[in-house]
Amino acid sequence: MSATVTPPPKKVNHIGLEVLQYKGGKTTLCAGCGHNSISERIIESFYELGIDPYTVAKFSGIGCSSKSPAYFLGLSHGFNAVHGRMPAIATGALLANRTLMGIGLSGDGDTASIGIGQFMHLIRRNMPMIYIIEDNGVYGLTKGQFSATADLGSTLKSGTPNNLPPFDCCALAMKWGATFVARSFSGDKKQLNAILKTAIAHRGLSVIDVISPCVTFNDHEGSTKSYAYVKEHEEVLQELDFVPSFEDITVDIPEGEVMDVLMHDGSHLRIRKLQRDFDPTDRFKALVALEEAEAKGEILTGVLYLNTAKPTFLELLDLTDEPVATLPEARVRPSRTVLDQVMDELR
Amino acid sequence: MSTLEVSPVESQPGQPSKPVVNDFSIQIATVNGSGSQTANSVLMRSLFQMGIPVSGKNMFPSNIAGLPTWFTIRASKYGYIGRRKEIDILVAMNAETAREDVMKLDGGAAVIYDGPLKLNELRSDLHFFPIPFDKLVAPVCPNAKLRKLVRNMIYDGVVARLLSIDMEEVYKALVKQFGERKAKAVDLNWGAAKAGFEFAAGTFADGVPYRAERMNSTAGKIIIDGNAACALGAMFAGVTVVTWYPITPSSSLVESLIGYAKRFRHDPDTGKATYAIVQAEDELASIGMALGAGWAGARSMTATAGPGISLMSEFIGLGYYAEVPTVVFDVERVGPSTGLPTRTQQGDLITTALLSHGDTRHPLFFPCSPEECFSMSIEAFDFAEKFQTPVFVMTDLDLGMNNWMADPFPYPEKPINRGKILTAEDLDRLGGFARYKDVDGDGVGWRTLPGTHHPKAACFTRGSGHNEKAQYTEREDDYINNMDRLVHKFEVMRQHVPEPVVSLAEKARIGFVAWGTSDYAVRESCDQLKAEYGIEASYLRLRAYPFTGHLLDFIRRHERVYVVDQNRDGQLLGLMRLELDVELIAKLRSLRYYGGLPLDARTVTDHIIAQEGK
Repeated sequence: MSATVTPPPKKVNHIGLEVLQYKGGKTTLCAGCGHNSISERIIESFYELGIDPYTVAKFSGIGCSSKSPAYFLGLSHGFNAVHGRMPAIATGALLANRTLMGIGLSGDGDTASIGIGQFMHLIRRNMPMIYIIEDNGVYGLTKGQFSATADLGSTLKSGTPNNLPPFDCCALAMKWGATFVARSFSGDKKQLNAILKTAIAHRGLSVIDVISPCVTFNDHEGSTKSYAYVKEHEEVLQELDFVPSFEDITVDIPEGEVMDVLMHDGSHLRIRKLQRDFDPTDRFKALVALEEAEAKGEILTGVLYLNTAKPTFLELLDLTDEPVATLPEARVRPSRTVLDQVMDELR
Repeated sequence: MSTLEVSPVESQPGQPSKPVVNDFSIQIATVNGSGSQTANSVLMRSLFQMGIPVSGKNMFPSNIAGLPTWFTIRASKYGYIGRRKEIDILVAMNAETAREDVMKLDGGAAVIYDGPLKLNELRSDLHFFPIPFDKLVAPVCPNAKLRKLVRNMIYDGVVARLLSIDMEEVYKALVKQFGERKAKAVDLNWGAAKAGFEFAAGTFADGVPYRAERMNSTAGKIIIDGNAACALGAMFAGVTVVTWYPITPSSSLVESLIGYAKRFRHDPDTGKATYAIVQAEDELASIGMALGAGWAGARSMTATAGPGISLMSEFIGLGYYAEVPTVVFDVERVGPSTGLPTRTQQGDLITTALLSHGDTRHPLFFPCSPEECFSMSIEAFDFAEKFQTPVFVMTDLDLGMNNWMADPFPYPEKPINRGKILTAEDLDRLGGFARYKDVDGDGVGWRTLPGTHHPKAACFTRGSGHNEKAQYTEREDDYINNMDRLVHKFEVMRQHVPEPVVSLAEKARIGFVAWGTSDYAVRESCDQLKAEYGIEASYLRLRAYPFTGHLLDFIRRHERVYVVDQNRDGQLLGLMRLELDVELIAKLRSLRYYGGLPLDARTVTDHIIAQEGK
């Protein structure tokens, strides 16, 4: 840092954009909604990494969560799809233009209830995009019904307990093919920032389940998705440091204490283990840890699984490097000779 | 093409009556999975190669092996290639249905059958030709495992002998069927065909009262099914994203496209694909992906049938309201629900025209032939991007899955039209844009594609209420303005959809209105009505929805107009009722067939005679 007192010129990131250029419209969600914090983290992480907003496409389904793409990255195109079907829209868009960076915003109802099928198939394809679940265990826009991530025994405002077990979207994602899986808490700025940056750098599907309390319908005593409950039961797995490719790594990493993961784009994720022994490259052990935590009523947050080697769906399709959507006519309409040949074969 | 000028010789020495030349139907009754498809295709192709107009209709079960299947080949020197109900020659290979198949025949028909079935005991007014298939197949096919497949070729030989089909053409058709490289398969099948031919030659002194004679009406023509023709249309339209979920009878459309795209749509330098074809997890996903791709600027499509159309309903509403281009091929089958998956119907018309909740209307294209499957598919992609909306290409199982003879497809001369898309340079010049503003008066706004490098390019696409700038709104005036613009856009489409084909009969008091594959039956019926009853009828074949002014003029010209529907509820008539004035509606009569088979001319003619009282 420089020590001069003259006010610096407008603060810009390494591609010359101000943070303002990563913001979106004014939020219409409730004051204190966890989703707004997540929007702020998205703005922050995309700004700090200097992502070109013109290359980003935002996707969402229906629900409170799905409104939030309007509140960040106003310079990026957005598509608010139908309930639970954002994965299909995003998949189609990324097939059309493989150079886009896709970020999907969904909720627990949109993902785990109506959208569970499309969510599972997105995972199975390892579609290269970021998929964020703003998870509050409740339907907000319809005023407070349980979703499929509501914990067993958690209660509605009326006191009605949930008697069905929750889907753990992270466990599903890990089991069926997502290559970066993390859980965070909307109130944990530093952790969520590092996780989002890792997702941006990751080549493959990133599933991030962010516990994001609903201050209006699910923040009461008896709810397992309230601010108070989550703070009390959160078990932070690691301390995360994301070092972007354009920054030098200045500090040597002490052997054994920190795991350093080289991301596809040349950046590094440094994972420092906290209390427990947890290896985020070991899918099986990570699943076991999730099971054990659930039994103990703990919420594990941090990087749950990271695999930087598995090919993405777009790589499997062996598409042209340029977006197929905008290939010129000469490359998508075969010649007259081809038609003649086909007609000849049919005679 | 209802008549062809031909004067075949219609007498043959040694026969009591003149044989009928090049005007007969052969029905082959088998069980599915028995390999009869090869024998049937070869027989059809042999007639085609002799220059005789021919059609083949496969009536098959929704099953893989062991259930009854009927294949009907119609040869018509007049060029009629629609279904004909009357069967002249039955090849009875299926013990289970043989009895009923024989009892249904008109007197005088010929029955070629497996000897042990003893069908000759059933009736005395038919010509019976018992064939010892098992005895004949053993010497020509030493491998017992293959006999079940090869034995069908024997009836090709028998039929060839009885109808005087040139065996050289049978051989040529076999080579075409298997390709030059599968010489062993050709030899094996050729042996069986010859065995049948020789047995018939040595056994039956009298033939059948039908003959095939060379003519010159198929030169240069191709044989193709409508699904493959649609696939070729899509490929030459430059489709780039194809998302689908397998469903009969549309699966072979995308499978054909996969085959062609693998051969002709890889970059010659890098070998990489200039398209993506993705089998989705269901139709909700396939249409969602197609819309996502259309939104991102791809020429996208999906193909499905009725149940898929029902599932796509919600997303199609989004496509309509958010104005996203894509092309949906609906190869119709018999509904409702699972219905009869392997039978044909025009059952999705109203559902599709108005698909999804709220006020929605969609353009539909109605090809009736492989030629139109090709040309209209290409047109549909341009139309979808020009009007920024989902476009449906409506075919049916009869057109999609049966083999048709067709003229070779002309190369598309019109350059691809990608519609109104603003680039970064355009935005520099304009200083910005409003996604849903009708700047050109045609109801179609300009759009930008995601990935456009410009601070004014981004907009938010949504299925919720939006104003001209694509911003969220619940305002009354914004909502009404937007919905009214969408109606205006639909009105503009009327001027751009494929026009109907109209044939006016000079003194006609009645007319037909039909679409799609009803065409063959209606044209033949017009000839029947004139020849047999002296009734003149005009005919308008719709090629698209929304309807155009031609339809109104046509109805005005006639006293009564018969609206032909291959569905129970008269859906085309219903759709016309939604739009037409009462005095025109009063002239409409409904003519419906919904048994699941392709419509035939006699059904149409009989209906008209019953109604017109002659």
